[in-house]
Amino acid sequence: MAGNPTYHSLDPAKCIGCTHCMKACPTEAIRVVNGLAVIDDDRCVYCGQCHRVCPTHAFFVVQDDLAMIRSFKYRVILFPSIMIGQFPGKYSEDQIYDGLKKVGFTHVYEVEQPQQILIDSINEVLRDQETPKPAISIYCPAIVRLIQGRYPSLTENLILRKAPHNLAAHFAIEQLLAEGANREEIGLFYATPCIAKIAAVKSPVGESESIVDGIINMNKLYNEVMKVISDKEVPDHSDQRKNLSSEGIIWSLTRGESCHFGSRSIAIDGINNAVRFLERLENDQVEDIDFVEMRACDQSCAGGILLAGNRFMTVERLERRAKRYPAAKDISAEAVKVNTHELKEKLVLDPILPRPHFIFGKDRAKVMEKMSKVQRIVCFLPGIDCGACGAPNCHALAEDMVNNKAKMSDCIFLQQMWEDEGRISARKAITNVQKKWGTDRFKADCNKRGRRNEGF
Amino acid sequence: MKLTFTIQGGDFTNAGHPSSEVKKVLKQLVIDGKTIKNIVIALYEAEVNVVAHAWKGTVTVEIDEKKITMLVEDEGPGIPDIALAMQAGYSTASKKVREMGFGAGMGLPNIKKNTDELFIESEVDKGTKVKMINYF
Repeated sequence: MAGNPTYHSLDPAKCIGCTHCMKACPTEAIRVVNGLAVIDDDRCVYCGQCHRVCPTHAFFVVQDDLAMIRSFKYRVILFPSIMIGQFPGKYSEDQIYDGLKKVGFTHVYEVEQPQQILIDSINEVLRDQETPKPAISIYCPAIVRLIQGRYPSLTENLILRKAPHNLAAHFAIEQLLAEGANREEIGLFYATPCIAKIAAVKSPVGESESIVDGIINMNKLYNEVMKVISDKEVPDHSDQRKNLSSEGIIWSLTRGESCHFGSRSIAIDGINNAVRFLERLENDQVEDIDFVEMRACDQSCAGGILLAGNRFMTVERLERRAKRYPAAKDISAEAVKVNTHELKEKLVLDPILPRPHFIFGKDRAKVMEKMSKVQRIVCFLPGIDCGACGAPNCHALAEDMVNNKAKMSDCIFLQQMWEDEGRISARKAITNVQKKWGTDRFKADCNKRGRRNEGF
Repeated sequence: MKLTFTIQGGDFTNAGHPSSEVKKVLKQLVIDGKTIKNIVIALYEAEVNVVAHAWKGTVTVEIDEKKITMLVEDEGPGIPDIALAMQAGYSTASKKVREMGFGAGMGLPNIKKNTDELFIESEVDKGTKVKMINYF
């Protein structure tokens, strides 16, 4: 398997080599080596749990430079509606739109429009007898990657229809072309609430290339807009929102999708909840469900790691906002002025293939040998999953050992025993731990970061 | 490699633990998803049978390069008429078990459907041995 490119990284100056991220990672993709967290990109699904739990905010995401928008004549900012929910309630939608224009964009599009086209398109897939049930939404890219890697047999259940940012991108292009723009003059920029969407745009799954030219961290964009936003009266931008529907506004929230589809549907938020559900689904223990919506973050995109606001307040603001907007079906295709048929065709994804992650390689005989070894090694480990070895739990340490990525002496319990048995010196035991966690760990320091529940 | 588990009769909340663990192992062995699914369904049904009918049981799983052998042994009431128990819809499950959504009489037929080889031995008031083999 080709290695995944990296979309998030760690600032070595900030990482204190604690165990929070390593413990929180749902795919056991993180180890602590030489006092710093290291992410295995082959295992990572970009759920962002590590960012969330880091007490020193050491993780950062790759992003495009906002200056790059200047190279286009038509500069379109595409953003999910949740971004509106980030701003303090005193700012109107027009003031936020105006702020985005001041930052340098010429056109402002919330991505969930024209939503009825996507709803119809997904319904077509669900009506197709060939679609395996329950059909699973591809909306959250972290979930798609989780399924590809950990639940490969369920890739068949994924609904091959693109996400709202593609919908709005095609819609924006069509409207701008109608206004007389040339395609190459149009630059499309997506403001992302999370790292999974960055990966989805930069190395898309089920698309040969992404339609979006650049991505902007929503947090950063929020700060930029807050610098220039006006609290005075601003020009009216409501024509840019005339295709926005009540359904579109709450699409990114939990149950935003599932409420539209199938006679029985399930909505799940939080990656660990998704894992538990997928285990059952894989065992055929889920009956008669037509549609499953799954999002990696608690409260779905309102809980995205690149959002500034409180997720529950964001949800409340969006729900209130949605009440002021028309239903998607009441926004007619004529009014939208797009070729519905053509747009629908552009939403079809290529098949999403399984990418099973094999911890021990693909040679079955060797895998069995290694797994038996793991079983034996685990017998000698303390089984308390303390993480002091730099692996998230004893089992993971044993796996690393048979893959030659760790040693018996990484376990501090075994070291203690060996010391007691006189097999290694106390000096040697200390050096071993220092190698893993750095010399500073042993120094007295009342300002030591990572103590107690700092950052929680 | 060999894996062993114990099952407690009446413990429906934990039924499914052995099959989940076996699934984790099989998923690393580069085995086709459909085959894994068959194995997991068969083993799960056998576990539920022990939970629903017997007092306690053990699961012994042996995996080699070509096949998986699963032996589910229980101490329990036994099956008086195995041929009858193999019929779809035939069930001796109590009302309580049925109310929990189990005991539809599909256990053994479902196991039969999902395994390549199935052997059942049973002695009334002593227990039952179910041996299932699936080839990769």
